[in-house]
Amino acid sequence: MQQFPCPFCGLRDEREFHFSGEAGNIRPDTTQPVSDADWRDYLYTHENPKGVSREIWVHTTCQEYFMMERDTVTMAVIGTQQMRRDTA
Amino acid sequence: MTRHFSAFGVFREGLRGHKGWAPMWRSPAPKLKYDVVIVGGGGHGLATAYYLAKNHGMSRIAVVEKGWLGGGNTGRNTTVIRSNYFYPESTALYDLSVRLYEGLSRDINYNVMFSQRGMMVLSHSESEMEIAARTVNAMKLNGADAELLDARDVQKKAPILNYRDDARYPIHGAIWQGRGGTGRHDAVAWGYARAADRLGVDIIQNCEVTGFLIEGGTCKGVETTQGVIRAGRVGVATAGHSSVLAQMGGYKLPLHSYALQAFVTEAIKPVMDTVAFSPMTGSYFSQSDKGGLVIGGGLDRIPSYAQRGNTPEQENVLSGIIDMAPALAKVKLLRHWAGIVDVSPDSSPLIGPSGTDGIFVNCGWGTGGFKAIPAGGYLFAHLLANGAHHEISRPFDLNRFGTGALIDEAAGSGIAH
Repeated sequence: MQQFPCPFCGLRDEREFHFSGEAGNIRPDTTQPVSDADWRDYLYTHENPKGVSREIWVHTTCQEYFMMERDTVTMAVIGTQQMRRDTA
Repeated sequence: MTRHFSAFGVFREGLRGHKGWAPMWRSPAPKLKYDVVIVGGGGHGLATAYYLAKNHGMSRIAVVEKGWLGGGNTGRNTTVIRSNYFYPESTALYDLSVRLYEGLSRDINYNVMFSQRGMMVLSHSESEMEIAARTVNAMKLNGADAELLDARDVQKKAPILNYRDDARYPIHGAIWQGRGGTGRHDAVAWGYARAADRLGVDIIQNCEVTGFLIEGGTCKGVETTQGVIRAGRVGVATAGHSSVLAQMGGYKLPLHSYALQAFVTEAIKPVMDTVAFSPMTGSYFSQSDKGGLVIGGGLDRIPSYAQRGNTPEQENVLSGIIDMAPALAKVKLLRHWAGIVDVSPDSSPLIGPSGTDGIFVNCGWGTGGFKAIPAGGYLFAHLLANGAHHEISRPFDLNRFGTGALIDEAAGSGIAH
Protein backbone atom coordinates (compact mmCIF):
# COMPACT_ATOMS: atom_id res chain seq x y z
CA MET A 1 0.00 0.00 0.00
CA GLN A 2 1.36 3.38 -0.97
CA GLN A 3 0.86 6.43 1.19
CA PHE A 4 0.38 9.93 -0.22
CA PRO A 5 1.04 13.10 1.74
CA CYS A 6 -1.99 15.34 2.09
CA PRO A 7 -0.69 18.87 2.76
CA PHE A 8 -3.27 19.14 5.54
CA CYS A 9 -3.52 15.65 7.05
CA GLY A 10 -0.06 14.22 6.44
CA LEU A 11 0.68 10.71 5.15
CA ARG A 12 -2.47 8.76 4.43
CA ASP A 13 -3.49 5.54 2.67
CA GLU A 14 -3.62 5.88 -1.15
CA ARG A 15 -7.24 4.69 -1.14
CA GLU A 16 -8.24 8.01 0.43
CA PHE A 17 -7.04 9.96 -2.61
CA HIS A 18 -8.52 10.57 -6.02
CA PHE A 19 -6.68 11.73 -9.14
CA SER A 20 -8.51 14.79 -10.47
CA GLY A 21 -6.48 15.75 -13.51
CA GLU A 22 -3.26 17.22 -14.81
CA ALA A 23 -2.11 20.56 -13.45
CA GLY A 24 -2.29 23.57 -15.76
CA ASN A 25 -5.40 22.50 -17.68
CA ILE A 26 -7.29 25.78 -17.63
CA ARG A 27 -10.98 25.94 -18.50
CA PRO A 28 -11.66 28.07 -21.62
CA ASP A 29 -12.98 31.58 -20.97
CA THR A 30 -16.69 31.17 -21.69
CA THR A 31 -17.35 34.90 -21.80
CA GLN A 32 -15.80 34.59 -25.31
CA PRO A 33 -16.77 32.11 -28.05
CA VAL A 34 -14.91 28.80 -27.52
CA SER A 35 -13.96 26.64 -30.49
CA ASP A 36 -14.58 22.88 -30.63
CA ALA A 37 -10.82 22.36 -30.68
CA ASP A 38 -10.39 24.37 -27.48
CA TRP A 39 -13.13 22.39 -25.75
CA ARG A 40 -11.53 19.17 -26.98
CA ASP A 41 -8.14 20.18 -25.61
CA TYR A 42 -9.60 21.18 -22.27
CA LEU A 43 -11.93 18.20 -21.84
CA TYR A 44 -10.03 15.33 -23.38
CA THR A 45 -6.41 15.99 -24.31
CA HIS A 46 -3.78 14.96 -21.79
CA GLU A 47 -0.02 15.19 -21.58
CA ASN A 48 0.06 11.82 -19.80
CA PRO A 49 3.81 12.19 -19.09
CA LYS A 50 6.14 9.27 -18.45
CA GLY A 51 8.28 10.45 -15.54
CA VAL A 52 7.67 13.63 -13.58
CA SER A 53 4.01 14.67 -13.59
CA ARG A 54 2.27 17.62 -11.93
CA GLU A 55 -1.29 16.71 -11.02
CA ILE A 56 -4.32 17.85 -9.06
CA TRP A 57 -5.48 15.35 -6.44
CA VAL A 58 -8.22 15.41 -3.89
CA HIS A 59 -7.96 13.90 -0.43
CA THR A 60 -11.48 12.52 -0.26
CA THR A 61 -11.62 12.32 3.51
CA CYS A 62 -10.87 16.02 4.09
CA GLN A 63 -12.12 17.14 0.62
CA GLU A 64 -9.10 19.34 0.05
CA TYR A 65 -7.75 19.67 -3.48
CA PHE A 66 -3.98 20.01 -3.78
CA MET A 67 -1.11 19.83 -6.26
CA MET A 68 1.06 16.72 -6.25
CA GLU A 69 4.25 16.24 -8.19
CA ARG A 70 5.19 12.59 -8.63
CA ASP A 71 7.10 10.22 -10.88
CA THR A 72 4.78 8.01 -12.94
CA VAL A 73 7.50 5.36 -13.42
CA THR A 74 8.91 4.99 -9.91
CA MET A 75 5.62 6.13 -8.29
CA ALA A 76 7.71 8.29 -5.90
CA VAL A 77 6.04 11.45 -4.62
CA ILE A 78 8.30 14.44 -5.25
CA GLY A 79 6.24 17.01 -3.39
CA THR A 80 2.81 18.42 -2.66
CA GLN A 81 1.54 21.95 -2.53
CA GLN A 82 -1.68 23.36 -1.22
CA MET A 83 -3.86 25.33 -3.61
CA ARG A 84 -5.57 27.71 -1.20
CA ARG A 85 -4.49 31.25 -1.90
CA ASP A 86 -5.42 32.60 1.50
CA THR A 87 -3.12 30.25 3.35
CA ALA A 88 -0.28 30.18 0.82
CA MET B 1 12.46 -19.55 -44.83
CA THR B 2 10.29 -21.39 -42.35
CA ARG B 3 8.31 -24.41 -43.37
CA HIS B 4 4.55 -24.77 -43.51
CA PHE B 5 3.37 -26.11 -40.14
CA SER B 6 1.24 -29.24 -40.17
CA ALA B 7 0.38 -32.24 -38.03
CA PHE B 8 2.48 -34.34 -40.38
CA GLY B 9 5.42 -31.98 -39.82
CA VAL B 10 5.18 -32.40 -36.05
CA PHE B 11 5.08 -36.18 -36.49
CA ARG B 12 8.07 -36.18 -38.83
CA GLU B 13 10.11 -33.94 -36.52
CA GLY B 14 9.16 -36.22 -33.63
CA LEU B 15 10.83 -39.10 -35.46
CA ARG B 16 13.87 -36.99 -36.38
CA GLY B 17 14.57 -35.66 -32.88
CA HIS B 18 13.13 -32.19 -33.60
CA LYS B 19 16.31 -31.14 -35.43
CA GLY B 20 14.52 -29.71 -38.48
CA TRP B 21 12.84 -26.67 -36.97
CA ALA B 22 14.10 -23.32 -38.22
CA PRO B 23 13.74 -19.89 -36.58
CA MET B 24 10.22 -18.58 -37.16
CA TRP B 25 11.33 -15.19 -38.44
CA ARG B 26 14.49 -13.45 -39.57
CA SER B 27 16.31 -10.78 -37.56
CA PRO B 28 17.34 -8.38 -40.32
CA ALA B 29 19.24 -5.13 -39.92
CA PRO B 30 17.03 -2.18 -40.76
CA LYS B 31 17.13 -0.92 -44.33
CA LEU B 32 17.44 2.80 -45.01
CA LYS B 33 13.89 3.23 -46.27
CA TYR B 34 10.51 1.47 -46.20
CA ASP B 35 7.06 2.31 -47.53
CA VAL B 36 5.60 1.82 -44.07
CA VAL B 37 7.32 1.66 -40.69
CA ILE B 38 5.23 0.38 -37.80
CA VAL B 39 6.32 1.32 -34.31
CA GLY B 40 5.53 -1.38 -31.77
CA GLY B 41 5.96 -5.12 -32.19
CA GLY B 42 2.95 -6.19 -30.18
CA GLY B 43 -0.11 -7.91 -31.56
CA HIS B 44 -1.56 -4.82 -33.23
CA GLY B 45 1.73 -3.80 -34.87
CA LEU B 46 2.49 -7.29 -36.17
CA ALA B 47 -1.06 -7.86 -37.38
CA THR B 48 -0.93 -4.51 -39.19
CA ALA B 49 2.27 -5.54 -40.97
CA TYR B 50 0.76 -8.89 -41.93
CA TYR B 51 -2.44 -7.40 -43.40
CA LEU B 52 -0.47 -4.65 -45.19
CA ALA B 53 1.49 -7.36 -46.96
CA LYS B 54 -1.40 -9.78 -47.46
CA ASN B 55 -4.38 -7.53 -48.26
CA HIS B 56 -2.66 -4.52 -49.78
CA GLY B 57 0.24 -6.15 -51.59
CA MET B 58 2.88 -4.04 -49.92
CA SER B 59 6.30 -5.53 -49.31
CA ARG B 60 8.59 -2.77 -48.07
CA ILE B 61 7.36 -2.84 -44.49
CA ALA B 62 9.23 -2.78 -41.18
CA VAL B 63 8.06 -3.32 -37.61
CA VAL B 64 10.39 -1.77 -35.03
CA GLU B 65 10.12 -2.97 -31.45
CA LYS B 66 12.10 -1.62 -28.50
CA GLY B 67 12.13 -4.96 -26.66
CA TRP B 68 10.98 -8.36 -27.81
CA LEU B 69 7.85 -9.32 -29.72
CA GLY B 70 4.71 -9.43 -27.65
CA GLY B 71 6.62 -8.39 -24.50
CA GLY B 72 4.16 -5.64 -23.63
CA ASN B 73 0.43 -5.96 -23.22
CA THR B 74 0.11 -8.74 -25.81
CA GLY B 75 1.91 -11.05 -23.39
CA ARG B 76 0.30 -9.62 -20.25
CA ASN B 77 -3.43 -9.86 -20.82
CA THR B 78 -5.97 -12.46 -19.71
CA THR B 79 -6.56 -13.68 -23.32
CA VAL B 80 -10.32 -13.10 -23.42
CA ILE B 81 -11.88 -12.66 -26.87
CA ARG B 82 -15.46 -11.34 -27.17
CA SER B 83 -17.67 -8.76 -28.89
CA ASN B 84 -20.35 -8.11 -26.25
CA TYR B 85 -20.63 -4.37 -26.74
CA PHE B 86 -23.57 -2.00 -26.91
CA TYR B 87 -23.10 0.43 -29.79
CA PRO B 88 -23.30 -0.64 -33.46
CA GLU B 89 -19.89 0.91 -34.19
CA SER B 90 -18.28 -1.19 -31.45
CA THR B 91 -19.94 -4.43 -32.49
CA ALA B 92 -18.87 -3.87 -36.10
CA LEU B 93 -15.29 -3.47 -34.88
CA TYR B 94 -15.05 -6.19 -32.24
CA ASP B 95 -17.13 -8.73 -34.15
CA LEU B 96 -14.85 -8.29 -37.15
CA SER B 97 -12.11 -9.25 -34.72
CA VAL B 98 -13.93 -12.34 -33.46
CA ARG B 99 -14.60 -13.41 -37.06
CA LEU B 100 -10.93 -12.94 -37.99
CA TYR B 101 -9.91 -14.89 -34.88
CA GLU B 102 -12.23 -17.72 -35.95
CA GLY B 103 -10.20 -18.22 -39.11
CA LEU B 104 -6.84 -17.03 -37.84
CA SER B 105 -5.04 -20.30 -37.07
CA ARG B 106 -5.65 -21.47 -40.65
CA ASP B 107 -4.97 -18.05 -42.18
CA ILE B 108 -1.54 -17.61 -40.60
CA ASN B 109 -0.76 -21.34 -40.35
CA TYR B 110 -0.15 -21.04 -36.62
CA ASN B 111 -2.31 -22.43 -33.84
CA VAL B 112 -3.52 -19.48 -31.76
CA MET B 113 -5.66 -21.89 -29.72
CA PHE B 114 -8.81 -19.79 -29.99
CA SER B 115 -11.19 -21.70 -27.75
CA GLN B 116 -14.79 -20.52 -28.15
CA ARG B 117 -15.81 -21.61 -24.70
CA GLY B 118 -18.20 -18.70 -24.26
CA MET B 119 -18.21 -15.69 -22.01
CA MET B 120 -20.84 -14.74 -19.42
CA VAL B 121 -21.47 -11.35 -17.84
CA LEU B 122 -23.35 -12.02 -14.61
CA SER B 123 -26.44 -10.15 -13.42
CA HIS B 124 -26.99 -9.87 -9.69
CA SER B 125 -30.45 -8.32 -9.38
CA GLU B 126 -33.79 -8.06 -11.18
CA SER B 127 -32.94 -4.59 -12.47
CA GLU B 128 -29.58 -5.81 -13.76
CA MET B 129 -31.47 -8.54 -15.60
CA GLU B 130 -33.46 -5.83 -17.40
CA ILE B 131 -30.28 -4.10 -18.46
CA ALA B 132 -28.85 -7.47 -19.49
CA ALA B 133 -31.89 -8.08 -21.70
CA ARG B 134 -31.33 -4.69 -23.30
CA THR B 135 -27.68 -5.53 -23.96
CA VAL B 136 -28.58 -8.92 -25.43
CA ASN B 137 -31.11 -7.26 -27.74
CA ALA B 138 -28.60 -4.61 -28.78
CA MET B 139 -25.96 -7.23 -29.53
CA LYS B 140 -28.38 -9.27 -31.63
CA LEU B 141 -29.58 -6.20 -33.54
CA ASN B 142 -25.96 -5.31 -34.23
CA GLY B 143 -25.21 -8.77 -35.57
CA ALA B 144 -23.34 -10.42 -32.70
CA ASP B 145 -24.52 -13.63 -31.04
CA ALA B 146 -26.04 -13.21 -27.59
CA GLU B 147 -28.35 -15.06 -25.26
CA LEU B 148 -29.95 -14.16 -21.95
CA LEU B 149 -29.34 -16.89 -19.38
CA ASP B 150 -31.37 -17.42 -16.23
CA ALA B 151 -29.79 -18.58 -12.98
CA ARG B 152 -30.35 -22.24 -13.82
CA ASP B 153 -28.58 -21.90 -17.20
CA VAL B 154 -25.68 -20.13 -15.52
CA GLN B 155 -25.40 -22.88 -12.92
CA LYS B 156 -25.26 -25.53 -15.67
CA LYS B 157 -22.45 -23.73 -17.46
CA ALA B 158 -20.45 -22.66 -14.39
CA PRO B 159 -21.31 -24.73 -11.29
CA ILE B 160 -18.30 -23.35 -9.38
CA LEU B 161 -19.97 -19.95 -8.91
CA ASN B 162 -21.76 -18.87 -5.74
CA TYR B 163 -25.45 -19.91 -5.80
CA ARG B 164 -26.09 -19.72 -2.05
CA ASP B 165 -29.18 -17.83 -0.94
CA ASP B 166 -27.08 -15.65 1.34
CA ALA B 167 -24.56 -14.64 -1.37
CA ARG B 168 -23.59 -10.98 -1.21
CA TYR B 169 -24.18 -10.77 -4.97
CA PRO B 170 -26.75 -13.45 -5.84
CA ILE B 171 -26.74 -14.67 -9.45
CA HIS B 172 -29.97 -13.91 -11.29
CA GLY B 173 -28.70 -14.69 -14.77
CA ALA B 174 -26.13 -13.62 -17.33
CA ILE B 175 -25.44 -12.22 -20.78
CA TRP B 176 -23.97 -15.10 -22.73
CA GLN B 177 -21.85 -14.87 -25.84
CA GLY B 178 -21.10 -18.38 -27.02
CA ARG B 179 -18.62 -17.34 -29.72
CA GLY B 180 -16.45 -15.59 -27.14
CA GLY B 181 -13.64 -17.38 -25.38
CA THR B 182 -9.91 -17.33 -24.90
CA GLY B 183 -6.83 -17.57 -27.10
CA ARG B 184 -3.14 -18.14 -26.67
CA HIS B 185 -1.78 -14.60 -26.48
CA ASP B 186 1.90 -15.30 -27.25
CA ALA B 187 0.87 -17.43 -30.22
CA VAL B 188 -1.05 -14.49 -31.67
CA ALA B 189 2.08 -12.32 -31.62
CA TRP B 190 4.39 -15.09 -32.83
CA GLY B 191 1.97 -16.33 -35.45
CA TYR B 192 1.46 -12.88 -36.97
CA ALA B 193 5.22 -12.24 -36.80
CA ARG B 194 6.00 -15.47 -38.64
CA ALA B 195 3.29 -14.90 -41.23
CA ALA B 196 4.40 -11.30 -41.82
CA ASP B 197 8.04 -12.34 -42.07
CA ARG B 198 7.14 -14.93 -44.73
CA LEU B 199 5.58 -12.12 -46.76
CA GLY B 200 8.81 -10.12 -46.57
CA VAL B 201 8.16 -7.84 -43.60
CA ASP B 202 11.33 -6.88 -41.70
CA ILE B 203 10.81 -7.32 -37.96
CA ILE B 204 13.47 -5.39 -36.07
CA GLN B 205 13.64 -6.09 -32.35
CA ASN B 206 15.70 -4.27 -29.73
CA CYS B 207 15.25 -1.12 -31.77
CA GLU B 208 13.72 1.73 -29.79
CA VAL B 209 12.27 4.76 -31.53
CA THR B 210 13.87 7.87 -30.04
CA GLY B 211 12.26 10.46 -32.28
CA PHE B 212 10.47 11.15 -35.53
CA LEU B 213 12.15 12.54 -38.62
CA ILE B 214 10.01 15.60 -39.41
CA GLU B 215 10.74 17.50 -42.64
CA GLY B 216 8.58 20.48 -43.60
CA GLY B 217 5.97 19.50 -41.05
CA THR B 218 5.64 15.97 -42.43
CA CYS B 219 6.97 12.82 -40.85
CA LYS B 220 9.51 11.15 -43.14
CA GLY B 221 10.68 8.37 -40.86
CA VAL B 222 11.86 7.46 -37.40
CA GLU B 223 15.08 7.91 -35.45
CA THR B 224 15.96 4.75 -33.62
CA THR B 225 18.70 3.23 -31.51
CA GLN B 226 19.75 1.44 -34.74
CA GLY B 227 19.87 4.63 -36.81
CA VAL B 228 17.45 6.61 -38.94
CA ILE B 229 14.83 4.66 -40.90
CA ARG B 230 12.99 6.63 -43.57
CA ALA B 231 9.37 5.81 -44.28
CA GLY B 232 6.52 6.81 -46.56
CA ARG B 233 4.08 6.48 -43.68
CA VAL B 234 4.60 5.70 -40.00
CA GLY B 235 2.05 3.75 -37.98
CA VAL B 236 2.30 3.91 -34.20
CA ALA B 237 0.80 1.02 -32.23
CA THR B 238 2.42 1.38 -28.83
CA ALA B 239 -0.53 1.00 -26.41
CA GLY B 240 0.37 2.35 -22.96
CA HIS B 241 3.31 4.34 -24.32
CA SER B 242 1.34 6.13 -27.04
CA SER B 243 1.54 9.46 -25.23
CA VAL B 244 5.34 9.18 -25.09
CA LEU B 245 5.47 8.77 -28.87
CA ALA B 246 2.92 11.57 -29.26
CA GLN B 247 5.23 13.96 -27.47
CA MET B 248 8.09 13.01 -29.82
CA GLY B 249 5.84 13.39 -32.87
CA GLY B 250 4.28 16.72 -31.91
CA TYR B 251 0.67 15.50 -31.66
CA LYS B 252 -1.64 15.16 -28.69
CA LEU B 253 -3.82 12.28 -27.56
CA PRO B 254 -6.75 12.03 -25.16
CA LEU B 255 -5.19 9.24 -23.12
CA HIS B 256 -4.20 8.38 -19.59
CA SER B 257 -1.94 5.42 -18.90
CA TYR B 258 -2.82 3.10 -16.04
CA ALA B 259 -1.55 -0.20 -14.70
CA LEU B 260 -3.88 -3.14 -15.28
CA GLN B 261 -3.16 -6.20 -13.20
CA ALA B 262 -3.66 -9.87 -13.90
CA PHE B 263 -3.16 -13.01 -11.85
CA VAL B 264 -2.75 -16.70 -12.45
CA THR B 265 -3.12 -19.39 -9.82
CA GLU B 266 -1.48 -22.76 -9.36
CA ALA B 267 -2.88 -25.43 -11.66
CA ILE B 268 -5.97 -27.18 -10.34
CA LYS B 269 -8.37 -29.74 -11.79
CA PRO B 270 -10.90 -28.40 -14.31
CA VAL B 271 -13.52 -26.33 -12.47
CA MET B 272 -14.39 -23.66 -15.01
CA ASP B 273 -15.34 -24.30 -18.64
CA THR B 274 -16.09 -20.73 -19.61
CA VAL B 275 -15.25 -17.10 -18.81
CA ALA B 276 -17.29 -15.38 -16.09
CA PHE B 277 -17.30 -11.67 -15.38
CA SER B 278 -19.14 -9.97 -12.56
CA PRO B 279 -19.61 -6.25 -13.19
CA MET B 280 -20.59 -5.90 -9.54
CA THR B 281 -17.26 -7.11 -8.15
CA GLY B 282 -15.32 -5.98 -11.24
CA SER B 283 -13.54 -9.35 -11.40
CA TYR B 284 -13.51 -12.11 -13.99
CA PHE B 285 -11.78 -15.43 -14.46
CA SER B 286 -11.34 -18.40 -16.72
CA GLN B 287 -9.23 -21.55 -16.51
CA SER B 288 -6.29 -22.14 -18.80
CA ASP B 289 -5.57 -25.44 -20.52
CA LYS B 290 -2.77 -25.96 -17.99
CA GLY B 291 -5.26 -25.65 -15.13
CA GLY B 292 -4.35 -22.24 -13.75
CA LEU B 293 -7.15 -19.82 -13.09
CA VAL B 294 -6.55 -16.65 -15.09
CA ILE B 295 -7.91 -13.68 -13.16
CA GLY B 296 -8.43 -10.07 -14.12
CA GLY B 297 -10.27 -7.01 -12.92
CA GLY B 298 -10.31 -3.25 -13.00
CA LEU B 299 -7.63 -0.63 -13.44
CA ASP B 300 -5.41 0.71 -10.71
CA ARG B 301 -6.68 4.16 -9.82
CA ILE B 302 -3.38 6.01 -10.20
CA PRO B 303 -1.96 7.02 -13.61
CA SER B 304 1.20 4.95 -14.01
CA TYR B 305 3.92 3.70 -16.33
CA ALA B 306 5.35 1.38 -13.67
CA GLN B 307 4.28 -2.01 -15.15
CA ARG B 308 3.50 -3.24 -11.66
CA GLY B 309 0.29 -3.13 -9.72
CA ASN B 310 -0.62 -1.77 -6.33
CA THR B 311 -2.22 -3.59 -3.44
CA PRO B 312 -5.69 -1.98 -3.12
CA GLU B 313 -6.70 -3.17 -6.58
CA GLN B 314 -5.22 -6.63 -5.93
CA GLU B 315 -7.44 -6.88 -2.91
CA ASN B 316 -10.48 -5.70 -4.91
CA VAL B 317 -9.98 -8.18 -7.70
CA LEU B 318 -9.17 -11.19 -5.55
CA SER B 319 -11.93 -10.54 -3.03
CA GLY B 320 -14.28 -10.25 -6.01
CA ILE B 321 -13.21 -13.68 -7.22
CA ILE B 322 -13.79 -15.17 -3.77
CA ASP B 323 -17.22 -13.58 -3.75
CA MET B 324 -18.01 -15.09 -7.15
CA ALA B 325 -16.63 -18.53 -6.27
CA PRO B 326 -15.96 -18.98 -2.53
CA ALA B 327 -14.62 -22.50 -3.17
CA LEU B 328 -11.54 -20.89 -4.75
CA ALA B 329 -10.56 -18.99 -1.60
CA LYS B 330 -7.66 -21.29 -0.75
CA VAL B 331 -6.21 -21.61 -4.23
CA LYS B 332 -2.73 -20.08 -4.27
CA LEU B 333 -1.55 -17.46 -6.71
CA LEU B 334 1.32 -18.50 -8.93
CA ARG B 335 2.11 -15.23 -10.66
CA HIS B 336 0.88 -11.68 -10.72
CA TRP B 337 1.83 -8.85 -13.03
CA ALA B 338 0.68 -5.60 -14.64
CA GLY B 339 0.71 -3.99 -18.05
CA ILE B 340 0.34 -0.32 -18.93
CA VAL B 341 -2.86 0.40 -20.79
CA ASP B 342 -3.90 3.61 -22.54
CA VAL B 343 -7.41 4.58 -21.56
CA SER B 344 -9.47 6.95 -23.69
CA PRO B 345 -12.30 9.16 -22.39
CA ASP B 346 -15.05 7.02 -23.98
CA SER B 347 -13.35 3.64 -23.49
CA SER B 348 -13.15 3.19 -27.24
CA PRO B 349 -9.98 2.96 -29.33
CA LEU B 350 -8.35 5.66 -31.43
CA ILE B 351 -7.57 4.78 -35.03
CA GLY B 352 -6.66 7.48 -37.51
CA PRO B 353 -4.28 10.25 -38.56
CA SER B 354 -2.39 11.51 -35.53
CA GLY B 355 -2.48 15.23 -36.32
CA THR B 356 1.12 15.24 -37.61
CA ASP B 357 1.28 14.51 -41.36
CA GLY B 358 2.64 11.07 -42.10
CA ILE B 359 1.99 9.61 -38.64
CA PHE B 360 -1.03 7.40 -37.99
CA VAL B 361 -2.05 5.97 -34.63
CA ASN B 362 -3.73 2.81 -33.43
CA CYS B 363 -4.13 3.13 -29.67
CA GLY B 364 -6.54 3.76 -26.82
CA TRP B 365 -7.66 0.13 -26.60
CA GLY B 366 -7.41 0.43 -22.84
CA THR B 367 -7.93 -2.88 -21.10
CA GLY B 368 -9.33 -4.62 -24.18
CA GLY B 369 -6.62 -4.62 -26.82
CA PHE B 370 -5.94 -8.34 -27.11
CA LYS B 371 -9.39 -9.29 -28.35
CA ALA B 372 -9.12 -6.60 -31.01
CA ILE B 373 -5.73 -7.52 -32.45
CA PRO B 374 -6.92 -8.95 -35.80
CA ALA B 375 -9.41 -6.12 -36.40
CA GLY B 376 -6.98 -3.45 -35.21
CA GLY B 377 -4.34 -4.77 -37.59
CA TYR B 378 -6.80 -5.22 -40.46
CA LEU B 379 -8.21 -1.69 -40.19
CA PHE B 380 -4.90 0.01 -39.43
CA ALA B 381 -3.37 -1.68 -42.48
CA HIS B 382 -6.24 -0.32 -44.60
CA LEU B 383 -5.60 3.16 -43.21
CA LEU B 384 -1.83 2.99 -43.76
CA ALA B 385 -2.16 1.59 -47.28
CA ASN B 386 -4.83 4.02 -48.50
CA GLY B 387 -4.35 7.03 -46.26
CA ALA B 388 -8.10 6.83 -45.66
CA HIS B 389 -10.36 5.03 -43.23
CA HIS B 390 -12.09 1.70 -43.67
CA GLU B 391 -15.83 2.16 -42.98
CA ILE B 392 -15.50 0.26 -39.69
CA SER B 393 -12.64 2.36 -38.32
CA ARG B 394 -14.00 5.77 -39.37
CA PRO B 395 -16.13 6.32 -36.22
CA PHE B 396 -13.02 5.70 -34.12
CA ASP B 397 -11.11 8.62 -35.64
CA LEU B 398 -9.60 11.13 -33.20
CA ASN B 399 -11.89 13.82 -34.58
CA ARG B 400 -14.75 12.46 -32.47
CA PHE B 401 -13.41 14.38 -29.48
CA GLY B 402 -13.92 17.63 -31.35
CA THR B 403 -17.31 16.74 -32.88
CA GLY B 404 -18.60 15.13 -29.71
CA ALA B 405 -19.57 11.87 -31.44
CA LEU B 406 -18.14 9.72 -28.67
CA ILE B 407 -18.70 5.95 -28.55
CA ASP B 408 -19.07 5.66 -24.81
CA GLU B 409 -18.86 1.94 -24.09
CA ALA B 410 -18.13 2.49 -20.39
CA ALA B 411 -21.66 3.88 -20.14
CA GLY B 412 -23.19 1.74 -22.92
CA SER B 413 -22.11 -1.79 -22.10
CA GLY B 414 -20.88 -1.17 -18.57
CA ILE B 415 -17.58 -2.78 -19.42
CA ALA B 416 -14.77 -0.77 -17.96
CA HIS B 417 -12.11 0.00 -20.52
